[in-house]
Amino acid sequence: MNLRKKNGLLNRCFMGLVFLFLYAPIFLLIIFSFNAGNSSVVWKGFSVRWYAELFQNRIIMQSVYTTLLVSLLATAIATVAGTLAAVGFYAMRRRWRDPLMTVNSIPMMNADIVTGVSLCLLFVAIFGFWNDFAEHYRLVINLFGEVYRITFPKLSLGFGTLLIAHITFNIPYIILSVGPKLRQMDKNLVDAAQDLGCTWFQAFWKVILPEIMPGIVSGALIAFTMSVDDFVISYFTAGSATSTLAMAIYGMTKKRVSPEINAVSTLLFVTVLALLAIVNIRESRAEAAARRQHS
Amino acid sequence: MKKSKRPLLAIPYVVWMAIFVVAPIIMVVIYAFSTAGGGFTLENFTRMGTYTVIFTRSFRLALIATVVCLLIGYPLSYMMAKEGPRFQRVGMMLIMLPMWVNFLLRTYSWMSILEKNGLLNQFFSAIGLFDLINAVFGTNIQYFHMIGTQGAVVLGMVYNYLPFMILPIYSVIVKLDNSLLEAARDLGASSTAVFRKVIFPLSLPGILSGVTMVFVPSVSTFAISRLLGGGTQMLLGDLIEQQFLGGAYNPHLGSAIALVMMIIVVVCMWIMNHFGEGEEQAVML
Repeated sequence: MNLRKKNGLLNRCFMGLVFLFLYAPIFLLIIFSFNAGNSSVVWKGFSVRWYAELFQNRIIMQSVYTTLLVSLLATAIATVAGTLAAVGFYAMRRRWRDPLMTVNSIPMMNADIVTGVSLCLLFVAIFGFWNDFAEHYRLVINLFGEVYRITFPKLSLGFGTLLIAHITFNIPYIILSVGPKLRQMDKNLVDAAQDLGCTWFQAFWKVILPEIMPGIVSGALIAFTMSVDDFVISYFTAGSATSTLAMAIYGMTKKRVSPEINAVSTLLFVTVLALLAIVNIRESRAEAAARRQHS
Repeated sequence: MKKSKRPLLAIPYVVWMAIFVVAPIIMVVIYAFSTAGGGFTLENFTRMGTYTVIFTRSFRLALIATVVCLLIGYPLSYMMAKEGPRFQRVGMMLIMLPMWVNFLLRTYSWMSILEKNGLLNQFFSAIGLFDLINAVFGTNIQYFHMIGTQGAVVLGMVYNYLPFMILPIYSVIVKLDNSLLEAARDLGASSTAVFRKVIFPLSLPGILSGVTMVFVPSVSTFAISRLLGGGTQMLLGDLIEQQFLGGAYNPHLGSAIALVMMIIVVVCMWIMNHFGEGEEQAVML
């Protein structure tokens, strides 16, 4: 869109105010992560004390590790599974694709709490059956006269269920960002590749994949962001022993959030800011170069 | 023959969806219509009548938050779309960026702004606002009571979900066909008429998906109301959470409320699909 009238001063002020509204709490958080005292209201002088104490805090470090691990694993698995599923969906007839795409969009459209609660119910029901079974039966193997008795382990909510939940809500984002790329792709390309002797796997690897790569990358980014930011679904599926950063923070808000949390969030925020700035600068350079070539 | 193999790639995910998307929903339905003993009942739904206050409060606050988000988000998206490409890209980045600080922490940060001795009250008292009010009205107030009110909860919702309103609206407006606007102008439409008759109707899909993306999480939140509402402003989300992990353990009632919430979402989706292809554009951001 290109309207003739540019934004006046008033409009610029409005935009500035909205951004101030969005960033005020974040700036506050960053400023008070350098506070010498432990209050988030009273300034006691500059110090990096909380950054030093952060690395001593086992609970926070453990939850950061869990968050990153579950987000990375879920994103990686969801990216592969989602890409394959998207390719499959778009090779289907409409009659099959449409209902499947509707089911696919359920975790995205549903309120987080409903997704979390429903997965929690499922896990608890399955584990109930399994643990009943594990209690009454054991595997007896007779191997060369030696008898091994293997008891089935009891299962409960934990890292595994957390990972499953994250994969489940991540895949739809991958499919929805890969889908349009598949639709834009010239369908004859794949046929041409196969006519020229590619196996269908080669056609996938050498023709489809490079074509839809931008969609895969942006989907993976969205999925990773969603995973890191998620609290509600994790809260219902992680059980009591496993804790992500968001859950650790929630636990603390009942009493008082320790300033180390401000420090870890500042570090995370600055990292993402730096990464985005690098990507942005590189993109605008590439665009400028492209423009120069055209003119 | 060659092509027919590719749909098979979707099979693992279809199985996955059956187990982890469809089966959990069936579980919720079964729980909602059964008692702890396992018999069929509608009691879980009739019992919801006792929570009418919470239902109306949730809907009212979520509706207010959605309207406020729309009133801020639409003009902002519109203005953003008028800016140069570099400004737009940086602006969009700035709107997404807060999501990288956990929303609980951002909300907690608001607590220290809105508190009795918080930064906002300190600021007001520093500029002499309270002295002025006390002098004019003869009152004796030392601070504004902000935390623990419904206003604070709405503020938290607007703050957390505003990006979800801006992004879909912006992505629709920015893609509007320039020649349409020029044609309208060439045919003599004033700029208000161009907006009212061309831009606004064409941006409706973005508005609808923005409204859904703000309303659904607002009506179901439990963390925001607990942090900024001080535990006095219970919402539907809190009610569900209490039935599953809290003191009032009753997953059957919790499932029934969750089912109601799902129906709300389905209605929202149905309305959205009715208005065209807004849905996909919105998620594609």
